Amino acid sequence: MGNKQTIFTDEQLDAYQDCTFFTRKEILRYVLRSVLQTVTPQLCNIKESESLNIITFAEDIQSKHFQGLHGRYHELAPHLVPMDYTNDPDCKLPLALIVNMPELKENPFRSRIVESFSEDGMGNLSFNEFVDMFSVLSEMAPRELKAIYAFKIYDYNVDNYLCKEDLEKTLNKLTKEELTPEEVELVCTKTIEEADLDGDSKLSYSDFENMITRAPDFLSTFHIRI
Amino acid sequence: MEVDSVFFTDRSGRGSSNPLLDQLPSYQSLLYRRKSSIAGTKRRNSSRGRLGSSGSGKWGVSTVSRQEEKQKGQTEQKPIQELAKPMAEKRRHNTQRMAEARELSSWSQLRQRTRRNLRRLREDGQEWLSSMKLWRGDIHLIEGMFGTGILSYFSFLRFLVMLNLIIFLLMFSFVMLPIIIAPHASGNITYNLNDGGACTNYPSSARRGLVIFHEHITDLLSGGGFLERTYLFYGYYKVDKIHFPNITYNLPLAYLLVTVAYLFLSLIWIVKRSATGFKRSLVQDEDRFQSFCNKIFAGWDFCITNENAAKLKRSSLLYELRTDLEEERIKQKIADRTRKEKCRIYLIRIILNLFVIGVLAGCFYSIYIATIFSQEAQVDKIKENFIVDLIYEYLPSIVITLANFITPLLFSVIINYEDYSPAFEIRFTLMRCVFMRLTSIGVLLFTLWSQITTCDDGPCTCGYNELLYSCWETRVGQEMYKLTIFDFIIIVAVTIFVEFPRKLIVKHCDCGLAKWWGQQEFAIPQNVLEIVYGQTICWIGTFYSPMLPAICTMKYFFIFYIKKVSLVNNCRPATRPFRASSSNFFFLAVLLIGLALACLPVSVSVAHLAMFYMIALAGAHKRVIKQLREQLATEGRDKHFLIQKLCQAQMSLPIKSPVSKSQPRSSRSGSGRSPSYHTSFSNNFDEGVFLAHPHPDSSTHV
Repeated sequence: MGNKQTIFTDEQLDAYQDCTFFTRKEILRYVLRSVLQTVTPQLCNIKESESLNIITFAEDIQSKHFQGLHGRYHELAPHLVPMDYTNDPDCKLPLALIVNMPELKENPFRSRIVESFSEDGMGNLSFNEFVDMFSVLSEMAPRELKAIYAFKIYDYNVDNYLCKEDLEKTLNKLTKEELTPEEVELVCTKTIEEADLDGDSKLSYSDFENMITRAPDFLSTFHIRI
Repeated sequence: MEVDSVFFTDRSGRGSSNPLLDQLPSYQSLLYRRKSSIAGTKRRNSSRGRLGSSGSGKWGVSTVSRQEEKQKGQTEQKPIQELAKPMAEKRRHNTQRMAEARELSSWSQLRQRTRRNLRRLREDGQEWLSSMKLWRGDIHLIEGMFGTGILSYFSFLRFLVMLNLIIFLLMFSFVMLPIIIAPHASGNITYNLNDGGACTNYPSSARRGLVIFHEHITDLLSGGGFLERTYLFYGYYKVDKIHFPNITYNLPLAYLLVTVAYLFLSLIWIVKRSATGFKRSLVQDEDRFQSFCNKIFAGWDFCITNENAAKLKRSSLLYELRTDLEEERIKQKIADRTRKEKCRIYLIRIILNLFVIGVLAGCFYSIYIATIFSQEAQVDKIKENFIVDLIYEYLPSIVITLANFITPLLFSVIINYEDYSPAFEIRFTLMRCVFMRLTSIGVLLFTLWSQITTCDDGPCTCGYNELLYSCWETRVGQEMYKLTIFDFIIIVAVTIFVEFPRKLIVKHCDCGLAKWWGQQEFAIPQNVLEIVYGQTICWIGTFYSPMLPAICTMKYFFIFYIKKVSLVNNCRPATRPFRASSSNFFFLAVLLIGLALACLPVSVSVAHLAMFYMIALAGAHKRVIKQLREQLATEGRDKHFLIQKLCQAQMSLPIKSPVSKSQPRSSRSGSGRSPSYHTSFSNNFDEGVFLAHPHPDSSTHV
């Protein structure tokens, strides 16, 4: 406490800035955000504005080679994510914690999103994958990249095809099962009709990509602001 | 989770599928697009010092399968950020690239480093710029709560604030600033002399003597009285030239050029802003063609963080899906219509359209009458009562606002009987409303114009009625000023006196009326039309009232906060959500129509200004010619008199001239006489005397 502490070295920050669409400021913010998540459940109910204040404060402090905030977090829950990332520690946050983030809380596809970015497919994200996820979902990621991950998200049974069951699950998550089964059936049939090019009554990746490039809203809706 | 297998085995898997399907144009275009995107990244990365084919050898790729090489080749060309690989792999890739980079020559190293630094600088610069954007936090909040449709309305409002600010700065720096700094920069101002005679006479209409307080308010609200002779209106700018030490600044020319410039600037900015939206709309043809896919895969707005907003979005998606299913059903029904039913429908549509035209004509006529009445009341200066005076002044604005309030309701009722498909219904009603809004301004201007150019007795000497309108540009400016002020007052009044009470009533009162009225919806099209209307008035009015853009900037500034507060407290999102992409295009298209409409009066005014100037000049000319003629006539008469006197004197002399015969005093008419009269004197005097020699009988005699 009281001595100079940094979370990342400059080289690490450079590497992150090159590998993602984020700037240094944003990367630091996400670290602190993920730190905050690990202090849940007690602090999970911090109001968004308060947590933002803490994070902005911490940002300024990190960039000015701060003084004690990280120490205080460390005190609150000693078992949490290490403050010092300079040695590339290996720790993963479980699905349940990430899915409770304010940005993902209201999203019907939140579990699928986190699962598609995790290496083990179970939704446990390391910090790298965490940053990756928000990088792809940021404003600046190109359409092709987003399309790839969107396909993964909607593919519930992970068979590289969007079959009727996948679509039905997607639709039910979207509408919280308020459509009648006939309506669901109709909508899924129509969707496959619209997008299926090779006539196998399921959507392969190329069908999906072809369709999504013509969806004018995709770029603006498939975007999480953090 | 191998992304690459999804990406690539698909294609190799494709190779074994139907060869006929491979020839399909859509598949070919897909391949072409993919090729061109790779080529694009290739081109982009060629300047990044792309390692050649030898590079892939350097990586020590021992596996020789073509796919892996191709894969590596393609990933190496893309910027690292865009690779669809997990973070750890990306970082490994990055370190590999950096290691290779170190093996390059120092020149290419330098190049790579500068490129990377430039990119970082650009990203940081962009971040700083976007943090400087006005209202960033507020708009972010709105987006989270209400989604992207309403967000586009507020970002449109922000755009208009910036546009008006820039227009005002243009006007200020080129028109007002020279006048203001002239005394300080040792400039010498020359004014317009009244050389056009009666046509450029602008008597002061300032109030004299003791002014009652409420008259100040009337002046403030109507732009007359003490406001008339300020920088606010055209009539104040009498400066002709400003002579600075090095240059001469021609103010009228500057004024004209700035007008053209701001119209042009607005056009370019709007077109630039709408370019992306237009391209997308044009290419995608409003999603009739894959509406379900769009809703399922691109329907949920990932930005939503608020529970209520999520609930609303869900219900609106549900509504949209149900509406689409309904539309399919209706399309089927239309296809099944019999001939008899078709005739009936067309007949109904024709009748209803005629009715709509009648309603529109009625509204325009009432605007016409109101404007004439208001103008006459102002000119006659009947001072009855403070409130009544104000009502007379604002009568055109009141009528326009009433018409614009009633007609959309009427249109939305009528459209139900015309039996169109739901999507077309919305668009058609909107078109009618746009037409109504913008044409009402046109009717007002036309009426003003006809008032200005009709004189009581035949054609006007100056081209316009200078007795009633000593400065017609100021009068038009005042009308635009009044429209702007009234528009602002109405928006504030409706928000305070209609929206807030409505929310209170719906929240606390449980009667059937409250339930039927329901909670306020933020109707995006109507709100957009409102601000486009205001902006059109601003564009038209800026020529006549150079400070109007500043007033409009402040007006939109306050409207932002008013609307935001009203939205957050009173509204729920529209059940028929407006899609962000098409809505941007719609806003800017309507704005362009407004701009086109605004260019018309301004260009007509400028053309007529030139015409009036010519007429005034011609009038001045005519007078000069008349004067000259009279002068010549009098001179001729003088000379006639002098010559007669001389003749008399000559006659009385003893020496008689052999050829003198006639008596100069005689008033005998005789055509034979005149030639001798002339010749006798021509011998003795210069020819020059007989310039305009009148017939002895015709002119006055001595």
